[in-house]
Amino acid sequence: MLIRFTDKGFYCEQGDFYIDPWKPVHRAVITHAHSDHARPGNAHYLAHRISAPVLRLRLGRDISLETLEYGEVLHMNGVELSLHPAGHIPGSAQVRVAFGKEVWVISGDYKLENDGLSTPFEPIPCTHFVSECTFGLPLFRWKPQELVFADMLAWVDGLRQEGKNAFIHAYSLGKAQRLIHALHQAGANIRVHGAVHNTNLALREAGLPIPDVLPVSAGQPIEPGSVIIAPGSAAETSWTKRFEPYAEASASGWMAMRGTRRWMNAERGFPLSDHADWDSLLQAIQLSGASQVFVTHGYTELFCRYLREHLQLDAHVVSTRFTGETANHSEEAPEE
Amino acid sequence: MKRFTQLIAELDQTTSTSRKTAALERYFHEVPEADRVWTIALFTHRRPKRAVNTAQLRSWTAEIAGLPLWMVEECWHIAGDLSETMAALLPDAPPESETESAQVNSLAAYLDEMSTWKEKTPEYARTFIEKAWRELDKESRFVFNKFITGGFRVGVSDKLLQQALARVLNRETAEIALCLSGNWTPQNSTWETLFFAETEDESRPYPFYLAYALEQDLQQLGNPTEWQAEWKWDGIRGQLVARNGKVHLWSRGEELISDSFPELSQSPLFSQMNAVLDGEIIAWENDAPLPFQLLQSRLGRKRITAGILQKAPVIFLAYDLLEWEREDFRSRSLAERRQTLEKLWEQSPGKEWRLSPALAFNNWNELSALKNAAREHLAEGLMLKKRDSPYQSGRRRGAWWKWKTDPYTVDAVMIYAQRGHGRRAGLYTDFTFAVYDSQRQLVPFAKAYSGLTDAEFEEINRWIKDHTRESFGPVRSVDAELVFELAFEGIGESKRHKSGVAVRFPRIVRWRKDKKVNEINSLEDLRQLIRKS
Ligand SMILES: [Zn+2]
Repeated sequence: MLIRFTDKGFYCEQGDFYIDPWKPVHRAVITHAHSDHARPGNAHYLAHRISAPVLRLRLGRDISLETLEYGEVLHMNGVELSLHPAGHIPGSAQVRVAFGKEVWVISGDYKLENDGLSTPFEPIPCTHFVSECTFGLPLFRWKPQELVFADMLAWVDGLRQEGKNAFIHAYSLGKAQRLIHALHQAGANIRVHGAVHNTNLALREAGLPIPDVLPVSAGQPIEPGSVIIAPGSAAETSWTKRFEPYAEASASGWMAMRGTRRWMNAERGFPLSDHADWDSLLQAIQLSGASQVFVTHGYTELFCRYLREHLQLDAHVVSTRFTGETANHSEEAPEE
Repeated sequence: MKRFTQLIAELDQTTSTSRKTAALERYFHEVPEADRVWTIALFTHRRPKRAVNTAQLRSWTAEIAGLPLWMVEECWHIAGDLSETMAALLPDAPPESETESAQVNSLAAYLDEMSTWKEKTPEYARTFIEKAWRELDKESRFVFNKFITGGFRVGVSDKLLQQALARVLNRETAEIALCLSGNWTPQNSTWETLFFAETEDESRPYPFYLAYALEQDLQQLGNPTEWQAEWKWDGIRGQLVARNGKVHLWSRGEELISDSFPELSQSPLFSQMNAVLDGEIIAWENDAPLPFQLLQSRLGRKRITAGILQKAPVIFLAYDLLEWEREDFRSRSLAERRQTLEKLWEQSPGKEWRLSPALAFNNWNELSALKNAAREHLAEGLMLKKRDSPYQSGRRRGAWWKWKTDPYTVDAVMIYAQRGHGRRAGLYTDFTFAVYDSQRQLVPFAKAYSGLTDAEFEEINRWIKDHTRESFGPVRSVDAELVFELAFEGIGESKRHKSGVAVRFPRIVRWRKDKKVNEINSLEDLRQLIRKS
């Protein structure tokens, strides 16, 4: 097989590179800059151009990093290597690896809905498709983002009328910018956590139209009725005191389940995910036309059983160290 | 149905009482009368019983959603709630189509239909359910599923509902409480009969007057001669309504409990009385009370056998008279009500009832001594009632106080259950209990293990299986329904606990089957215990 599943990650022996390795290697191809996919310590990195500033922010200015555009092909010892839009976050890519009769697509994290900020997902025909399944159960079927944002804006508006701030937990890379993009257009007064602010700067450097919103730490007082966007880990610290009075909400695919909403004690939960829902996962797999499907991180066993028994696909579970979307947005540590 | 679902979402999304009241008020103004009546019924524990077998529902869901049954079951296991699972798995209704039936908007149309299923075939119910699933959106489907599985519950207190209705109807809350009490059902009632009926329902009780725990020094109560003292009995608070030859017995939760106590409700002595008595139903033999557990065995039974009547005999210990000869006595003073009650006793004495004695005391010291002797009389403490006070409704400060012997007992509701170890491994034996905070949210404050019998553990374990909300590892969160009396050795403030209080050596005194979750203690009650300790 062209790609082997090793204890360091997905390995292409013919081209001698790894994809999203979780242990340090010589050459790492990175699907996107989330910390469970882009880890420190690799000798050389290859990623999409838009990911570069964020990767440097997170892994260090001085990493050895080469970039590609979507669709640009690199030849490595006869292996064709190219990146294609995954629609997960800005700069996220599916990695296409072709040699002889085998065409592999390692999709990383992806979603099919166009979020208006990330380059939309493109299906890539292949023989072997590696798919995540964070939300690989029919319980998860997302509403279009316009509807979710309409609910969110109504909530923010109600709070503003009571003189309260809205405090929304979201990943600092991807989800935060998606919220800023939508809420800014609607005229909300937005302030962000430092981790979000730094990510905004890096993405703007990559050429993305991220609105210029102030970090919380900037001198100006916070106007009542503001929206504060911060990673979930910041919510448990005394950092939040300065926003009182405020109401909290979480924007995550997990909010589709009432149980997780109660467990997290969130007053409001907005089901908004950067991952594919059940219908999209099935659609992506079907569009790939692959004869073999490998499923990683998520409800792997159940999803795989469904693919095998119900769709008669040659599907397998591959265990990885990817985490996908966690219910409390705990990926990023607070920096303030 | 859609408007009702929207109401539930509004109530769910705010903790503010005024916003909840406003949401209810808007709702009652907007929906037709039949929907209003059903909504009140649902919020006052008159929800419909489970109408269909849940295994059937799961297989219909699988069929319609085009999923294998195992996937439906796994999703149910993961979401922890069948109604939610089915709502999520079923396909969505086509977006706002012209054909949308009027029914989609009517709550009553669905609920009225469901109440006819007992007499119809399962196929009939299935056709209706599948149609409902097709025409409702996901959120309304969830509420509908809660109805058909008999699991509909909502966090609206009686008080909140009464306040909203009082504003809608421009009436006093106490009046509304009276209209809503009693044995009505949405089938036999309309908005008109509930709130504007000329003929009063003969079975209807008055709202109970409830006392707070004594908060101050006795000296501050003023002159001892202004007060009447009685034992605080360890029974079930009840109201005996005897009008026109019929006797009805009500619990404090305004549940009709006549059938559990036929020796009272079928007594010719009471049926000849024309009076409404407030008092205590208590297990009693040879001039003395029997342990509370015996009384407990009488509750919730379908059939009371001669054996049970003999093993756990009860009487009605009367301490107040609310109505006599169809005249409302509640605005009269306690002294006058008591006098009339004593007259009534002289007219119709009998083995079915007694007067709760008024205790003699000349000063506050003598009263303290009485309180300390309460346990010897199998009482929990004393009740203090101001002689010139009227009979009010609801829990009020000022004129009635309860003064318990043991200051460290509270009623709390179980919210989590955890598997035990050793002898009881496999059984859920470790429970977490909660009380209400000022926002009427449940706050966990104590864990307790010991204090129940094996039979009670078994019964609670069966209940837990049917009332699990979520499970995580060995822990399950359960519906907040079972009320327990907890005792503890000490109480203090604690920054570590979410509740802000920590209790020492909590234990379960007993399972209070007679109490509902809206009757449990509050965080404020716990804070008062701290101030007193
Ligand atoms: Zn990711």
